[in-house]
Amino acid sequence: MKKAWFTISVYSENNVGLLNRISGIFLKRHINIESLNVSKSEIDGVSKFTIVTYTTEDWSRKIVRQIEKQIEVIKAFYHTDEETIFQESALFKIASNLLFDERQIQNIIKENHSEIVTVARDFFVISKTGRRSEVDKMYDELKPFGIMQFVRSGRISVTKDVMEITALLNGFHEEA
Amino acid sequence: METLKIKTEAPKKKQSKIRISGAEAIIHCLLAEGVDLLYGYPGGAIMPVYDELYKFQDKLTHILTRHEQGATHAAQGYARVTGKVGVAMATSGPGATNLVTGLADAQIDSTPLVCITGQVPRHLLGSDAFQETDIIGISTPVTKWNVQITKASEIPEAIAKAFYIARSGRPGPVLVDITKNAQFDEFDFSYEKCTGVRSYNPYPKPDIGAIEAAADLINHAKKPYIVWGQGVILGQAEEQLKALVEKAGIPAAWTIMGASALATSHPLNVGMVGMHGNYGPNLLTNECDLLIAIGMRFDDRVTGSLDTYAKQAKVIHFEIDPAEIHKNVHADVAVLGNSKDTLDLLLPLINENQHKAWHQVFQEKYQIEFDTVIKNDIHPTKDGLTMGEVIEEINLASENKAVIVSDVGQHQMIACRYAKFNQSKSNITSGGLGTMGFALPAAIGAKMGAMDREVVAIIGDGGYQMTIQELGIIFQHQVPVKIVVLNNDHLGMVRQWQELFFEKRYASTVMVNPDFVKIAEGYHIQAKRVSERKDLKATIQEMMASDKPYFLEVKVEKEDNVFPMIPSGASVSDIRLK
Repeated sequence: MKKAWFTISVYSENNVGLLNRISGIFLKRHINIESLNVSKSEIDGVSKFTIVTYTTEDWSRKIVRQIEKQIEVIKAFYHTDEETIFQESALFKIASNLLFDERQIQNIIKENHSEIVTVARDFFVISKTGRRSEVDKMYDELKPFGIMQFVRSGRISVTKDVMEITALLNGFHEEA
Repeated sequence: METLKIKTEAPKKKQSKIRISGAEAIIHCLLAEGVDLLYGYPGGAIMPVYDELYKFQDKLTHILTRHEQGATHAAQGYARVTGKVGVAMATSGPGATNLVTGLADAQIDSTPLVCITGQVPRHLLGSDAFQETDIIGISTPVTKWNVQITKASEIPEAIAKAFYIARSGRPGPVLVDITKNAQFDEFDFSYEKCTGVRSYNPYPKPDIGAIEAAADLINHAKKPYIVWGQGVILGQAEEQLKALVEKAGIPAAWTIMGASALATSHPLNVGMVGMHGNYGPNLLTNECDLLIAIGMRFDDRVTGSLDTYAKQAKVIHFEIDPAEIHKNVHADVAVLGNSKDTLDLLLPLINENQHKAWHQVFQEKYQIEFDTVIKNDIHPTKDGLTMGEVIEEINLASENKAVIVSDVGQHQMIACRYAKFNQSKSNITSGGLGTMGFALPAAIGAKMGAMDREVVAIIGDGGYQMTIQELGIIFQHQVPVKIVVLNNDHLGMVRQWQELFFEKRYASTVMVNPDFVKIAEGYHIQAKRVSERKDLKATIQEMMASDKPYFLEVKVEKEDNVFPMIPSGASVSDIRLK
């Protein structure tokens, strides 16, 4: 079966050991977690894991069922890239002198629709939000000038379709 | 742990609050859950609880095992024979890690277990303190749920939730790790049983559409075939299974975990599936037109190669765990729910039928298997004793009423193939994990859970020595279990594979054994050894007639093989009779 990118969304209780349980499900099957983000969700008290994997749909389905089986998981889904709106964020730390010495840097910032977050005496920080390919493009453009530090977040995503979970969770929320 | 949310019933009869220690609270929680027996081993980090066990010994019996692994297997044996939650207790560090094999066994065989471990005081967590180990991290992959408690006030909710999760839905093991400070601290105790966890749906609601679709397939099938597993026993659906088999006239076979749910003598019970299962049930999996799987999970030891497994058949899968649907075998119709509920809904929709010609095929295959394998196993003509004839003598002496607890290996396959059962929950074995050393402690737990029943442990000379120290419990408490060691002086199953697939290179499979009779006698257990056929029947009769613990070593043929056999990874169609 063909491999593709899948975004797995997990709605769960906010529990200390749950990340360990979920990561163990991937570990057991030798499926790499390409990116991971944990945040609160649209429902108070409910956490959301956003996990990106490169695997087959069959495995995505099986993994989602195994995740859902965990006691503190309320619901889990998998989606293809086409079914979601998704982004990543990145921060670049660059030496301050480059901003003044290398005119090209300012163009890179503008052309990539990124923004300067802070400027200090020795360095400045650029933030870029977008798809992985856009962040990578900017990285490649800045690399020749020297990047002091670089970090990229996990993918965050929302689905185009209504998540059936929202109503279910709202129901839980009212009960609680 | 602020997130422990438990949906409870309206607090109509809320217990009045009493101020007690966390350790005493643990005892009250166990009593409230109906526990009267637990297995365990004390140590530093669980001492406050043992101090309370001492005070409550008239209400709660604690059995000191000789190793923590023995506590888990004893609790498993108890759970499997009673259907109740088994309880084991251990201290932190090595005490806790010694539970891991039992947890893994209970996880894969869906056995309800609550394990309570002591942990170093909260202020020492993460400091590499004496006997500190991250048992939550270690036990996560082998537990249905686990939780660490660091405050006394969290104990009642956590234990209530532990019992609820262990026993509900697809059962499994739960571990509650409790720091020593939480055991000492006092708080206002009250207890409410857990009746639900909002993120956990133990009993998926049966879908009537799926049940109708299943009934339609069953009513129109020409060669339907049922394979049931432990889900029938766990779901208490034995009567429903029998009714379905009889109404629709469908030949039915069982997985090793499903054994005894339908009497061995039932005419439509055609035997065991799997690597060393019966010939017809394996072979005909690839000839049926409808495979009805009930409470089983298509384990690789059952299916052999999935590429050639029941490809010609439609598949109906009755299953409580949604994660099992389409996991190994695609189901044309998946019926989610507790087996008792779904079969109850199915039965009125089923037409009365008989499939005599189809059933006849199973009988023909049985005859082939009988002539080539079974006859020689249970009525051998050669000099050496076979494992099969020992099981047959136990059947005769016990009138098929015994609980058979088997370990892992050749003797296990022989015991499960030839033991006859006329009552459910009578076959206790380590099916999924294949844990050598399971049987002796599990038999102790089984006997203590069913004192009115005869419990016979069938163990190989290898596995016996993995938990042999639990003879101490049998001696100390005079637990009247019957222990039969089938001694071939080899690790027989591995030796068989070496013979068949590794050109007889017997690497580390020859056992140099001690005098097992003397060891049993060292524990003051009546013990005998049988080496010749002429002594077998009378000795087994003597053993079964005894109301005390009894140890019997039977010296069997050293290099016998278990057949039929589906070589690992081969198709069920390639089952070998020799």
